Amino acid sequence: MTPTSTRSFWLRRLHSLSGVFPIGAFLLEHMFTNSFILQGPEAYNEKIEFLRHLPYVAVLEIVFIGLPILYHAGYGIYVWMTGKVNLRWYPYAQNWLYVLQRWTGVMALVYIGVHVYETRIVNALYGTEVSFARMQEIVSQPQMFWFYVIGLLAVCFHFANGLWGFCVSWGMTIGPKSQRAAGIFSGILGLTIFGAGLNALIYLIQ
Amino acid sequence: MPKMDFIQVKVKRQANPRLKPYWEEYRVKYRPYMNIITVLQELRKNPHTFDNRPSSVIAWEASCLEEVCGTCTMVINGRVRQACSALVDQLGESITIEPMTKFPVVRDLVVDRSVIFRSLKRLKTWVPVDGTHALGPGPKMGPDEALERYEMSKCIACGCCMEVCPQINERSEFVGAAAINQVRLFNSHPTGKVIERERLKALMEKGGIEDCGNAQNCVKACPKEIPLVTSIADVNRQMTLNLLDLLKK
Repeated sequence: MTPTSTRSFWLRRLHSLSGVFPIGAFLLEHMFTNSFILQGPEAYNEKIEFLRHLPYVAVLEIVFIGLPILYHAGYGIYVWMTGKVNLRWYPYAQNWLYVLQRWTGVMALVYIGVHVYETRIVNALYGTEVSFARMQEIVSQPQMFWFYVIGLLAVCFHFANGLWGFCVSWGMTIGPKSQRAAGIFSGILGLTIFGAGLNALIYLIQ
Repeated sequence: MPKMDFIQVKVKRQANPRLKPYWEEYRVKYRPYMNIITVLQELRKNPHTFDNRPSSVIAWEASCLEEVCGTCTMVINGRVRQACSALVDQLGESITIEPMTKFPVVRDLVVDRSVIFRSLKRLKTWVPVDGTHALGPGPKMGPDEALERYEMSKCIACGCCMEVCPQINERSEFVGAAAINQVRLFNSHPTGKVIERERLKALMEKGGIEDCGNAQNCVKACPKEIPLVTSIADVNRQMTLNLLDLLKK
């Protein structure tokens, strides 16, 4: 057991790790699965059915998605409260990213909350079928479409910038050169998954 | 060089730690090549406000006057820096001077930065060699390594990195970049290395390295241009490599 005085270290490291694995890994899987939308309703619905009937699906949902997101969000809000923005006098790019990471975290939490309610909780409560048609119904409302686009952008930014921060926090990128390289990599990865998600959203409303 | 006859100076005053701070405005006759120290010296000669009311002498500290001691660190026109190297010709004719905000104010522009010393003691940032008896020559260090460590050793404990850190405030006990950099300095010393685990463990306690939010303002604010972000990331790597051992009590 660890002494209580080092608890915040382990909780913070767990927060950092949970953002990449499993949450980040799930995000990549999710954006990839979403892309089956491009192959039409049948292909997409088939993937949903496949995922819904995975063995131990409830355990997978709770242990690898639900709990990590709740922990990451809860501890993230605590981390956010311990900071104090000082962009006015120190408006450096990296300081902006620090602030944006906090803002997009809150935005992502709101977005994920609504998204999970609409696509998972309604199913559990009222048995609403989650399908291509259901997604089409949701995002064909203009305000929901834009809510999804902004939410997706917040999630992708938070993931990409978080991945970059993860590399620093775990000591993988130490000097300015490797940090810049990791920044470029994270940026491209973030833009790629944003592009994939956006493409699926646009396909749904066409 | 800007043309001006007088400089408008606003100073945040505070008589003692318990009293409320207040602003006082002054007017100082301009001379070429003035820095904030000479401005404060002028105000000491003639402690009168801009409308000629008598004012008390402003308390401030300075020592080396060449940006190597860190004593005269204060917030000038919103940004933290050393008063001795803050040139009036670059600041303009309207200047605000405040004490640092992350350390308790003693009086006017004088702050108590002893928290840095307390952190260094807690993190054992020294080479643990006891006694006065001869121990023989120490291990050798290559020139590349010496050069790298020299950069880290330039810290003057001025507190600029802590002042600009969004993670240091009344809601957080974060130790700050300067102290973490010292851990890297002494963990990379061939003899200092023997207690590296003790330093890493101390850095795991509340307010330790995990509170770094990666805003990276520290490295921009450091007057000695110490690669502070690199130091924090390097100590993060030491944490990761020792993770399993650090799990033990």
